Amino acid sequence: MSVDTATVAKIASLARLKLGEDEIAAMVPELNGILAWVEQLGEVDVTGVEPMTAVIENTLRLRTDEIDADPLTGGGKRDDVLANAPAAEHGFFGVPKVIE
Amino acid sequence: MTDLTELGVAAIREGVAQGSFSAVEVAEAFNANVAAAQAALNAFIVPTPEKALDAARAVDADRAAGKALGKLAGVPIGMKDLFATRGIQTTAASHILEGFTPEYESTVSQKLWDAGAGMLGKLNLDQFAMGSSNETSYFGNVVSPWKRKDGGNAALAPGGSSGGSSAAVSARLCPAATGTDTGGSIRQPAAFTGISGIKPTYGRCSRWGIVAFASSLDQAGPMARDVRDCAIMLEAMAGFDPKDATSLDLPVPAWEAGLSGDLKGKRVGIPREYRLDGMDGEVAASWDQGIAWLKDAGAEVVDISLPHTKYALPTYYIIAPAEASSNLARYDGVRYGLRELPSGAGLQDMYAATRAAGFGAEVKRRILIGTYVLSAGFYDAYYTQAQKVRTLIARDFKEAWAHCDVILAPTTPSAAFALGEKSADPLEMYLNDVFSVPASLAGLPAMSVPAGLSGEGLPLGLQIIGKPFDEQGVLNAGLAIEQRAGFVAKPERWW
Repeated sequence: MSVDTATVAKIASLARLKLGEDEIAAMVPELNGILAWVEQLGEVDVTGVEPMTAVIENTLRLRTDEIDADPLTGGGKRDDVLANAPAAEHGFFGVPKVIE
Repeated sequence: MTDLTELGVAAIREGVAQGSFSAVEVAEAFNANVAAAQAALNAFIVPTPEKALDAARAVDADRAAGKALGKLAGVPIGMKDLFATRGIQTTAASHILEGFTPEYESTVSQKLWDAGAGMLGKLNLDQFAMGSSNETSYFGNVVSPWKRKDGGNAALAPGGSSGGSSAAVSARLCPAATGTDTGGSIRQPAAFTGISGIKPTYGRCSRWGIVAFASSLDQAGPMARDVRDCAIMLEAMAGFDPKDATSLDLPVPAWEAGLSGDLKGKRVGIPREYRLDGMDGEVAASWDQGIAWLKDAGAEVVDISLPHTKYALPTYYIIAPAEASSNLARYDGVRYGLRELPSGAGLQDMYAATRAAGFGAEVKRRILIGTYVLSAGFYDAYYTQAQKVRTLIARDFKEAWAHCDVILAPTTPSAAFALGEKSADPLEMYLNDVFSVPASLAGLPAMSVPAGLSGEGLPLGLQIIGKPFDEQGVLNAGLAIEQRAGFVAKPERWW
């Protein structure tokens, strides 16, 4: 499979990356080179093989139902959470108008 | 008086504990080296000399008061700028995180500070750890302290993505540094600069507070001048962390105390698929030398087969970009980092403009690849197929462990290349990870130790890959090589 400028423009839009026409044109051969190379995986016989889900077997655990058991990841961190926001207003993240 | 910056982790710790010199003297010596090299090597994004001094003063005060000292008391280290450090800018070498100042500390860095280490600064790296040459940093290339012996003056790559870490340790700007390894980002730069570095079993070190690249592969590990120093650092960095769902709930072994270069009764596997057609003659010779050294250490050498080796790189270059495209979706200009808001722009336009301005070319390339292979209609052909092949690659290793205890291979297909030599073609750059990626895909502990110098006078590394959880076996085989290689070469100071 290979990509053309329309496909790259579509992927860029899905990924929320604003690319100029020049950038898209430059990406087309680069992505096609990489995609043609990874397509060699198609020749591997994977009949009956499960896709990898965990590289080291580990059990998923539940934390104890305790409020603020770890103060770092507990609540009460509003100001810390907002400290690096480009636009924090009234204790919220500020964004451009989304509703007309 | 001895030059304190020639000392490694163990020697500094011992000297501080015995009062041969103070922690402040050590910090001052390394701070001076950092400052003197910054313009030429660009190894640090932000030096933090005061942090190093503060930690050193605390250690000296504790010692004066007769308090017990930590495992790394008085040892100043470099911190890859992928670890969140409270109150100190953390960028992942990207524009999108420029100015981001975490309100919290990563688990691994906190453990190091708790052990008595101090921070010399935040080390440069490839942007979001995506690269093998440290040429994708928004804050400029790191330049290797090494030069070829050819009379030319080409600036060489320190490797990547932990290129600031490798350059800084080999140039004596710090005795040890943290690195992270997704497909070889500790081992390849260590090999290029003549130092040691270990990536532990996936899950040994907490990923909490490390800027995410490919979460199923990312692991932190130490880079230092020798195997013992790596063991000391790793003991401090590893350990269960409930804040990382993939953290291993296992005790941290006493790796330093368990070090032994005696390999009697151990079997070392030599994977035949790693002997590539057209392999660099010096790399092949260094591998053969490594085999001889391990035999000399008492090990039995056996040929093994890892049949899916050739598929490891293409598998990696589907899985890593797929995870990256998902992880990097968080950079949206809303919660932290850069915001680009063209006049009259709506929310969607702001996202796209912010990400366009904030990410470098390699990061964009990987986001696009990842988005494509995860998109409807292509997911099974690319992503699911890659995860199935990944299962086969892990199975190859599992079957190999029936015949051997550790695997010996080269770390890289060549010695360090020059900056600019491979950056025009992304595929050629990706191929540099051919020997390091398989162990990453299988989550295995692996380390690189210096083996010798190429004809051009550049370091060559040997890689040891171990069974899951067997960092000790990896470190011990590394030590056996170190004891026989007698590698003492270091870059001549030109900066």
